[in-house]
Amino acid sequence: MTITVDGINKRFGQFQALNNVSLNIPEGKLTALLGPSGSGKTTLLRIIAGLESADSGRVAFSGKDVTKLHVRDRNIGFVFQHYALFRHMTVAQNIAFGLESLPRKQRPPKAEIQKRVSELLDMIQLPHRAQRFPAQLSGGQKQRVALARSIATRPKILLLDEPFGALDAKVRKDLRRWLRNLHDEFHFTSIFVTHDQEEALELSDQVVVMSQGNVEQVNEPTELYARPDSRFVFNFLGQVNVLSGEVKHGSLSQGNARVTLPGIQHQGSAQLYLRPHEVRLATVPAEHANLPLRIEAVSLIGSEVRVELRPEGWTSEGSDDIWEVGISHAEFNDQRPTRGDLRYAVPEVGHLFTGKDTQPETVSWAEAKSFPRVRLIN
Amino acid sequence: MNASQSSRHRRVGDSPAIKWLLIGTAVAVAIALLIMPLLVIFVEALGAGWGTLADNLTDQYTLHAIGLTLFVAALTVPLNLVFGTALAWLVTRFRFPGRKLLITLIDIPFAVSPVVAGLLYLLLYGRNGWVGSWLADHDVQLMFSWPGIVMVTVFVTCPFVARELIPLMQQQGSEEEEAGVVLGASGWRIFRTITLPNIKWALIYGVVLTNARAVGEFGAVSVVSGNIRGQTNTLPLHVELLYQDYNIVGAFASASLLAGIAVFTLAVKGFVEWRQTRTLNRLQTEETA
Repeated sequence: MTITVDGINKRFGQFQALNNVSLNIPEGKLTALLGPSGSGKTTLLRIIAGLESADSGRVAFSGKDVTKLHVRDRNIGFVFQHYALFRHMTVAQNIAFGLESLPRKQRPPKAEIQKRVSELLDMIQLPHRAQRFPAQLSGGQKQRVALARSIATRPKILLLDEPFGALDAKVRKDLRRWLRNLHDEFHFTSIFVTHDQEEALELSDQVVVMSQGNVEQVNEPTELYARPDSRFVFNFLGQVNVLSGEVKHGSLSQGNARVTLPGIQHQGSAQLYLRPHEVRLATVPAEHANLPLRIEAVSLIGSEVRVELRPEGWTSEGSDDIWEVGISHAEFNDQRPTRGDLRYAVPEVGHLFTGKDTQPETVSWAEAKSFPRVRLIN
Repeated sequence: MNASQSSRHRRVGDSPAIKWLLIGTAVAVAIALLIMPLLVIFVEALGAGWGTLADNLTDQYTLHAIGLTLFVAALTVPLNLVFGTALAWLVTRFRFPGRKLLITLIDIPFAVSPVVAGLLYLLLYGRNGWVGSWLADHDVQLMFSWPGIVMVTVFVTCPFVARELIPLMQQQGSEEEEAGVVLGASGWRIFRTITLPNIKWALIYGVVLTNARAVGEFGAVSVVSGNIRGQTNTLPLHVELLYQDYNIVGAFASASLLAGIAVFTLAVKGFVEWRQTRTLNRLQTEETA
């Protein structure tokens, strides 16, 4: 079932929660609604579910207008952030609730409901917890029960509101993988809301980035990360290093920072955005860039060594005036960068924003890559 | 080591002398103000023997007062049960302008003296009142008869159920009900299988309090009832009438009934509270186990 959202507006008093939002959610795909809090993602999900009504605009499932259809009759699965399990019912009763709420004519006989419940209990790997109450389960178990409950009536659409938000990191990772498998097995059209970029990029087939009630960009995770359309998306999808300055004769400069921009015709103010992995560190400036930075902190945890640096003689627009560069552990062992050392950032690929609402131009210093690393390190 | 141990055992205010002084004061006050009067009621009621007590209780007017009191409570409690639940549902499940004001207005019956409430009803619905004069033209009499008594009793007791439910329903939120509706349940099914079980004990608690107050209400009822013996005399009013007639034993006999109802109410209230904490404790211990 495809989901079409067309020109949705929603206001809460003075606050414009959704501003003329239109979207196409493809059938059988797992789509993430990603955005900071207050971006309208949960409101949009609740409008699609029918738990909230839009001020204007329409929602259609497979082309059929459901804007006026009651949530009860939309036959969707919905998973709440805080599980919303019925606290006075056992796990089995919780899962059976949807089936037992079906109109008498469609309701399966008791034995069949029981069979379906035990199938679902097996699926969520909690067969021996059937007679427990929600308060007796762990967070991860509760969320699995909530999932089983939401799909008991075999809905075609599964909506999840920050499904892993209240869980700790380890459980979250397990559940993510489990949800992905579940989705692939049952071929729902699924939408999940999250504010966690990693979760969105890892789990989904398509990411919808939202900000202040607007859809900023829609794309597949890899494309989205490689080619953000706007400064917002760039900033939101992970750490970014910014050099903001004036472009003159194909060269961007600010203070004593300078980067040549091959193939750029623009003149005037511009911002160069660089991901931590698009920058290398050297002890001498490169031919195409002079970006002196002093090391503030070195973090060894993870598959990469994360180096935080403060601009020396210029300022960054990024968070806390800090640049972040990832280097390999091998490189770290060679160079032994320590707090207080001076380094020069060497950009390899960058993204130049010029106008206010324009898309970035990709800048590549291909020749820089051909420099043997040994020479730069000195 | 020693210092840290003693500091752990002797916290501020943990002096035995102060502790026992406070406990002693509390017990003394409780005996003087609560337990002694309660005992006096039963002692006085039984002062002339069981036979006299039985005679007094089976007196025609006393029986009528008991009947009327129970009748008023039997009408008031269901009315306020429905009203209180609906009100709590309204203010916790919907957002609308004036919602905060409405929550404040619920407390008016607690804030206003019951006598004033009775007077207001008399002015409004009495024979010469705004509404009352119109009703009188249509041969409807509310004041100085049982409908008036029910009206003021409903007014005086209407906050109890809502007051018990609102904080609980606010804290529980509406997510479970939303989950129910997404799963296709009808409004009635959601109320019956999700909302009601969640608020059950608070609701019973509210009903117990409503009933206690409905049975014992004096001020507002005395203004609108007219104290007609055998017609509009409730049990609390009857106690006063008997006392003014210098029928001390009779007054205390009726008072002992009211006191008995109060003690019974306390017992039920205690049981309900015990049930609630037991459920919570059980859930907690099982969670940690």
